[in-house]
This record gives sequence, C-alpha cells and structure tokens, in this order.
Amino acid sequence: MTHLSEEQLILHYYGEPESAGPAVHLAVCEQCQREYDALARTLDSCDYAVPERLASYEVAVWHRLEPKLARRSWSSWWKAAPALAGLVVVAFLAGQWIAKRSGGRVQPATVSSASAISGKVRERILLVAMGDHLERSQMVIAELVNTRASGAIDISDERRRAQDLVQDNRLFRQTAVKSGDGVDANVLDELERVLLEIAHSPSQISSPELENLQRRIEAQGILFKVRVVGTTAREKGNRL
Amino acid sequence: MEWTDAAAVEHARGGNADAFRVLVDRHSRAVFRLAYRMTGNEHDAEDMVQETFLRAYKQLGRFDGRAGFGTWLYRIAANCSVDLLRARKKRDERTVEAPVDAVRSRDASPERLTQSVEISGILGTAMKELSQTERTAFVLRHYEGLAMEEIGRVLGVEPNAAKHSVFRAVQKLRRALQPAMGAAR
Repeated sequence: MTHLSEEQLILHYYGEPESAGPAVHLAVCEQCQREYDALARTLDSCDYAVPERLASYEVAVWHRLEPKLARRSWSSWWKAAPALAGLVVVAFLAGQWIAKRSGGRVQPATVSSASAISGKVRERILLVAMGDHLERSQMVIAELVNTRASGAIDISDERRRAQDLVQDNRLFRQTAVKSGDGVDANVLDELERVLLEIAHSPSQISSPELENLQRRIEAQGILFKVRVVGTTAREKGNRL
Repeated sequence: MEWTDAAAVEHARGGNADAFRVLVDRHSRAVFRLAYRMTGNEHDAEDMVQETFLRAYKQLGRFDGRAGFGTWLYRIAANCSVDLLRARKKRDERTVEAPVDAVRSRDASPERLTQSVEISGILGTAMKELSQTERTAFVLRHYEGLAMEEIGRVLGVEPNAAKHSVFRAVQKLRRALQPAMGAAR
C-alpha cells in the first residue's frame, strides 16, 4: 500500500479540492491516520493570537491616514480650498467688524487687545456656525428617522442636504481635532458617517431599506449626541 | 445602498476621499490581522496598515479589478511587509536572535519545554524564521483561509508554487513545534 505524503496530508487538512483521494485512504490506513492526527494537532495549536482592536479602530486608522492622503493628492486640497477660504473670510469679516466698532481707529496700544477680541469673536462665530450645522444635520436625520411609509420612499431631498452638510462637517471635525477637542471630534466623526450613508443612498429606497437605515442611526444614538454637542456649542458661543 | 468595493474604487479614483474611506473602513481590520501575523509586532503592524493604504491609494489607477480589492490589498500588504522586515533585519543585525534550531536544541527536553516555553512563543520565533514567501503563504492559508489560487495571485506566482510555499512553511513549523507538541500530549 502506498502511503500518503506529508503534502497530501497538508492539503487534506486545509480541505483543498484534490484532498478527496486522501480522505478515502485515511479511512482505511491506520498509519496515515495517525500521521494525519499528529499534523492536525500541530496545526491546530498554531493559534497566533492577534491583539484586539477597539471598536473605533477604523476611525483611528482613517484619522491617521487622511492627512497623509491629502498631502499626496492635490485634488483633495483643491476640494477643501473653497471651504477653508470660507473660514478665512469669516475670520477676516470678524476682524473688520472689530475695526468698525472701534471707529476704524485702531491705536497701537489697542492692537493686542483687538486681536484678542477678534480671536474670541472668531471662536464665537465658529461655535455658533457649528451649532447651526449640527441643528441642520439633526433635522435631516430626524426627518429620516421619523418617516413611516410603505413601498418606495423618495429621500432625494434629505440626500441632497446630507451631501451639502458632509463638506462642512469635515471642516468642523478637522478643527475640533486640531484644537484637541476629542468629544466634539468623535461626535462629528460619527455624524459624518451617517451623513455619508444618507448622501450615498439612492434617491428612492424601499421601506425595508429605510427601516435598516433608521435602525443603524438609532443604534448609534447619534441624534442625542448631536443635540448635546450642538446645544453646548451654541451656549458656549453665546457666552463669549 | 452601500458601495461595492469596485464602485468605491471607481469613485476614489475620481478623487472622492469618502469612497476611499469606505474601503479603509471595510478592510483595515483584516489588513491589521495580516500585518500583525506577518510582523509579530503591534507597532510595526500599525505602520504596515498605514503604508498599505497609502500605497493602495497611490496605485488605485493600477487596480484592474481582475482580483478582488481585498486580494489586491493583501498583495500590497505582503510587499509592505517585505520592505518593513528587510528594514527591521538591517536594524536588528547587531542583535543576535535565537534561530529556530537553537531554540530546539536548547529546549530539546519535553519536560523543560512544558515548564519554560509556551507553544505560542516557539511559534512566534519559528514564524520569524520562515522566508517571506513562506510566511505570507502560510498566514494567508492558515489564518485568512485564502485558496491556493488567491495566494498565488497575492504572491505573484502560480498556484502550484504557492502550494509549495505552504508545504515548506508547515514542515518548518512542525519541526520547530515538535518538542513542545510532545510535551503537551
């Protein structure tokens, strides 16, 4: 009797298609079965445990990766440029506003305090703008979550609004990351995923698809988180 | 509702970062698993995940869709690990690591093995002693469950060559683990 080679036993262990022949042989050959058992015991013990990653692992990978991608892609910069320019305009207008309030006479002695105030105003504008952005996002999500319908549903309006909100959201998130505000950054990140999902949905979806979407949104509790961060931002902005 | 990998690649090629993020979300955990098993080190594995996606992003134009995106990504990850391990080898040249044979001769007694050497420890050392191709082939077959044909695509070799890499890896690991297995019985 010709016994099985180690290669055949390995193929049999991994269930490769050509291992049907060896299976028949193993059923009748005690020696090969013993050999196979030893091989299987060794391979079964090759448990090379991989350290667990956090549930937010993908988010962390993306946050580390995104700036590097931007460096490699001019197109990303060009896409972000108008929105970044918008923020610069906000800062500029805030500066103008301060200058007008001081009658256009900004004395050297008051330059530093004016800069400090303009910094505060800029922060206020950003906080209020973020509060508005979160409120608009909340409305889009709430409309979807509260929709009850049978048959196909037209969500083209929510989809279009979500598409508009994604770009702004990214800027607010990047600002939160840069300023070290982890809580805001995390909520904005979760919101971005939800907005992206809505933005990438077809205009017409079936009611089971809508229910799936609603379940996913509700499972994350994103509406509550957005409400809390939005209210906090607006209150903080109003205090400044 | 959700983008397929192919659709996400298509959009990402057009400069849509969100589409690339979909791919990162979908595959980063699997790439980490592979990277960790290839490098045996968490820090190196994280670097490898980053480098794999950066290279993938840069080379998206070359993805022809013949293999799945996951397989293509594995190929990039395998190449990254070659570079990373080569760099690490240079870095570690001054430190002498115990090769598998040395571990075996030193710990030849099953009793001693059960007392002082964990199977996983020996496995880790033995994995490092495999050639890059053997290690990649074994990890993809044993842990990731890829078919020989797919492993061949990742390694850029015929399925038969991939099969032989798996054979060699299993044979070397068996030799290295033999004493510990005897002790564990």
